This record gives sequence, structure tokens and C-alpha cells, in this order.
Amino acid sequence: MDRNAAILSVEDVSLHFGANAALSGVSFDVRPGEIRAIIGPNGAGKTSILNCISGFYRPQQGRILFKGQHDLTQTPTDSIAALGLARTFQNIALYTGLSTLDNLMAARHIHMKQNMLQSMLYWGAAQREEVRHRQVVEEIIDFLEIAHIRKAVVGALPYGLRKRVELGRALAMQPDLLLLDEPMAGMNLEEKEDMARFILDIYERRGVTIVLIEHDMGLVMDISDRVVVLDFGRVIADGPPDAIKQDEKVIQAYLGEAN
Amino acid sequence: MAALRPAGDFDRSYEQDMAVVRRPWQWAGLVVGLLVVLSAPLWGSAYLVGTANTIFYTIIAVQGLNVLTGYTGQISLGQAAFMLVGGYTSALVTTHLGLPFPLAVLVAGLATGLVGLLFGLPSLRVKGFYLAMATLAAQFIIPWLSRHAFPDLLGGTSGRIDVPVPVLLGVSFSEQRLYYYLSLAALIVTTLLVLNISRSRLGRALVSIRDNDLAAELLGVNLFQYKLRAFFLASFLAGVAGALKAHSQRGVGTEFGYGLEESIILLGMLVIGGLGTNLGPFLGVTAVVLLQDLARVTGQFLSELFPAIQSRLLNSFRPIFFGLVLMIFLIFRVARPGPPLADDQGGVAVAAVCAVIRNQE
Ligand SMILES: Nc1ncnc2c1ncn2[C@@H]1O[C@H](COP(=O)(O)OP(=O)(O)OP(=O)(O)O)[C@@H](O)[C@H]1O
Ligand SMILES: [Mg+2]
Repeated sequence: MDRNAAILSVEDVSLHFGANAALSGVSFDVRPGEIRAIIGPNGAGKTSILNCISGFYRPQQGRILFKGQHDLTQTPTDSIAALGLARTFQNIALYTGLSTLDNLMAARHIHMKQNMLQSMLYWGAAQREEVRHRQVVEEIIDFLEIAHIRKAVVGALPYGLRKRVELGRALAMQPDLLLLDEPMAGMNLEEKEDMARFILDIYERRGVTIVLIEHDMGLVMDISDRVVVLDFGRVIADGPPDAIKQDEKVIQAYLGEAN
Repeated sequence: MAALRPAGDFDRSYEQDMAVVRRPWQWAGLVVGLLVVLSAPLWGSAYLVGTANTIFYTIIAVQGLNVLTGYTGQISLGQAAFMLVGGYTSALVTTHLGLPFPLAVLVAGLATGLVGLLFGLPSLRVKGFYLAMATLAAQFIIPWLSRHAFPDLLGGTSGRIDVPVPVLLGVSFSEQRLYYYLSLAALIVTTLLVLNISRSRLGRALVSIRDNDLAAELLGVNLFQYKLRAFFLASFLAGVAGALKAHSQRGVGTEFGYGLEESIILLGMLVIGGLGTNLGPFLGVTAVVLLQDLARVTGQFLSELFPAIQSRLLNSFRPIFFGLVLMIFLIFRVARPGPPLADDQGGVAVAAVCAVIRNQE
């Protein structure tokens, strides 16, 4: 693929809930192999745009092209994962009754082939497949340093670890594009540093393209290649971190929030 | 980082780590348990063997409910009606088509599974309480049909037809002591199937629907397909259980029950034993069946001890005893880590447990 051809392009997307416009004519693109940050004050529409990309919300206008050919606004929600897209949630959406291991194994669903009957009979094809995918999952468990909670039920884990398991679940899908909605929110400094390290590793070593929503400005400006800024559902700035830092509109939007 | 594991747990491969029975003491327990269960008809009383037989096929029905309600989080109030479908199917294919017993049970399961699919269709649109109401339709339509449709085949308003005694390899299973082995064999097979489901792709997809259906969809699980699979499996197992029950009691039809009360009690047994755990159906069914007898025996014993309040004790002891013991069960169930009941299922669960208690009066 041409390095400058966008892996994802959001084109003129508008989404409203009744009279309340969450997104108005939002356009931006994501290039393969970059960390693309989305920032903006509370309620700016960051999560909404992620929800549109992952097929969870259906915008009333616009289209979202993935890998140049799939319009995600027209793709059934459960078919998007198989195209190579994964995400995490602002308020964690793990399978609380399953162990860490099973949460990650559940993410292998799209890559597994065993049918219902093979699952029920298990010995043979299904078992071999389970073992193969277990190896992929164990590698991610090691990478994220969560081996000690491998068999723990995730509902009972502390917040910071749950965030990490959720990242692991998204990684286990082996996506080409990973959407992260505030992966560091509510974490202490040490946990944040760990998380930033994992994200950079994912990006550098695994070559996954990342869209990152984050409130911590220092961190965003440090690790992202390009930043798009939303305010009241509109794009008010788009560019490299250095330009964004100087942008009058952005400074205004954040000053407005501080008052 | 090296994996930290409890001392003494040295799995050398993922196959070993994924096995259900893996420690020596687990194997020992399994062998001893199987020996006791296999030899029970040789030393047990007729009463014990008969009760165990009932427990076996009831567990199969509750295992089905567990796949649907425990794993997938979809409440159903029609399991007894699906047992009726299985019973009738097996009776008809053995009587009129002369199918051998094992095949008849399988056909009963498959036919009931298909009927279950039909009543699972509303799960596309509704969840929780409303889905429970939709499955209630099965519980009313199926028994009604059995009394009014094809009266020549289904017995019409008499509400019963006779079911033949299974004959396998020239052996007639008319005696409970022999029939016991048929139910046991079926239970062993269904237990293996259910265990396999819970540790493979299918089971994880089902549980992910229960725990977070929105996330499940974004992870590529087709909700509707998998809910229908759960409905199919639940009614398949109800059909197998219903066939075993019909051949065991030598008859099938609404005269033998199969009403809403029974469906709710099956759900109650599951809630008591533990929703979404593989041991749950075993614990729940055994506890409820055995407690019924324990309550009767204890009540009689107490009334002999206190002759002055004998009649009152005989009347009210059982429900009170039952209520108390089940409450203790539930408290331990709630205190245990694991999937909590969804909010809109708590009410149905409590109602189900109340029905089990009320049934003791
Ligand atoms: N399901 C919904 N129903 C109604 N309004 C919604 C819904 N989802 C989002 N909104 C509205 O859309 C706007 C944007 O919300 P969104 O969650 O996208 O903001 P955000 O930028 O992610 O904010 P935060 O930083 O607080 O997470 C808000 O006004 C919100 O109230
Ligand atoms: Mg948000």
C-alpha cells in the first residue's frame, strides 16, 4: 500500500441525537503506521467518532472508508472486526465473568474456524486450534506483563489492570488499526508510564496503526504523529503536535474549558 | 516473565493446562465417583436408584437451561414444554417408525432443537424480562397443541400416550435398575458436550454475549446466530431429557405435568446450583431433590419428638425448612466470585426459587 494512502478516511461525518448534534461534518484521515491522536474538551465528540468508526453508532451523513474500500458506516457491526479493526472503550467493556485468558481467547473468535459441532466434540480439530491460538494469546499476555492474572476473573481486578487486559483483548484480535479511547484515564503516574510504553511498543514493534483519544496533553504531544482537535462536534485543527500547540483556536477551546 | 503458578501445578503443555481433569486427586475422585455411581443399582434400594434416575435426566434438562441462561444470559421459561416435545418425538419414532432407542433420543433432541430455534427468534429483538415473556409463549402453546393437534397420535384431550420400554441388543430396560444406566450414559455424554462447549470458541462467544453484547458484536460475534445456537442447544438437551423421562415413566403428555411450574422449578434448580458453572446443574438438581426428602424425614422426626404440635409441624415444616436452606444456598452463591445476575434477571431468579419453595407445600 502507498504509504500516504489513508488506512482510514472519515469523510464529512455528521451524527445527531434528536436536536443535539454530536458531530458536524467531521473529516480527517489516518495513514498507515502512524499514531493519530484525537483531542478536545469534554463532550467534543471524540468517543462519538470512534463509535461511528467501529459501527456502534450510525452517522446520518458522510462515510468512513477503511483500507480504501470498505465503508464502515454501511458494514454490519459484527463484520468490522474481521476487516482488521479493534478498539478499547472509555469505560472498559470486558467480559467480566471470564478470566483474563478467556477474554483474550474470545478475541481470537474471528481468526478461529472451528464450527459448533467441532467445539462440542473438542478432541481433534478444535483442540489443536485452541492450542495454536493459545500460543498467540500467551505471547500477548507476556508482552503486557499480565501473566500473574492469567486465570483471574477480570470483573474482580483493579481498574488499572482491567484497562491493560482490555488492551490485550484488542491486541489479540491482531488488528491493522487500533482505536484507543482514553487508555490512561484514571491511572496513576506509574500505570500511565507503563501504558505509554505498551502503546509505543505496539506501534513500533507490531506495526499497528493507532488512533488515540487522550486528555493528557504532554503525553499526546510526545507520542503522536498527527493530532486532530474536535470542539462541539467540529474539527477545529488538524496537524503535527508542534503546530497544534501554537494554534489559536485550540488554545481558545481549552481556555474556554478552563473557565 | 516466567509464569507464576501454584506450587505443584506443573503443566507441561497447553493441552494439559486446558484439560478439565488434571491433578492426580481429581482423577482419583473421578474414578471413585464413577465406581460408586456405576455400582449403585447393585447395592442401592429401589428408592435410591429411582431417585438417581430422575436426578440424571433432570440434570440434562438443567444443563440445557444453563447453556441458554447461565452462559448466554437469555432467560427461558419454556424448558418443561421442550421436554414434552422430546418425549412425544421419541415416543412416536419408536412406536411408529421402530427406531432404536439411542437413535430415537438423538432424533428427539434434534427435533426439539428445531422447535427451540423457532421460539428463540424473538431474542433478536428483545432481552431479559421481555424475552422471558416470549419464551412463556412456548410454555403455553406447546402443551395446548399436544392436547388439540393430531389427537390420534398425541392422545388428544386424554393428555397422554403410552411410551414403549426401550429394548437394546435384546435386553429390555423395563426395570429401573437397568434404565438407570441409560440415563447415566446419556448424562455422561451431555456432560462432556457441555464441558467442551464451555472451553472452546462456541462457549466463549456465548458468554461474551451474556457479559457484554455490544463488545461481543465489535469483536465479531454475530449475536443473533449465537443466541439461536444457544436456544438450539438448550432445547436439544431438553429434548434428550424429555425422551429419557418419557421412556422411564412409560408415558408422555400433559397428564404427567410439563407445565409452567416445572419450567420455573428447572430454572430455580439452576439458580440454586449456580448459573453459568458446569457443576451448577448437578448441585442444584441434587440439592432440590434430596432436600425434599430430607425435609420430609426431618419433619416426621420432629413431629414424633413434639407430639403436641405434630399436625402443625407436618404441615408447615417442609416449606420453612426448604426456604431456609435455599436462602443459605443463595447467599453462598451470591458471595462467590463469578458472574452476578443481570439486573433484569434477578427478579425472575427469585421468582424461580420461590416456586421451588412453594412446590413443597
Ligand atoms: N448515545 C447518546 N445519546 C445522546 N447523546 C449522546 C450519546 N452519545 C454521545 N452523546 C452526546 O454527544 C456529545 C459528544 O459526546 P462524546 O461522548 O462523543 O464526547 P467526548 O469527546 O468523548 O467527551 P469525553 O471527553 O467526556 O469522553 C455529547 O454532547 C453527548 O452528550
Ligand atoms: Mg469520550
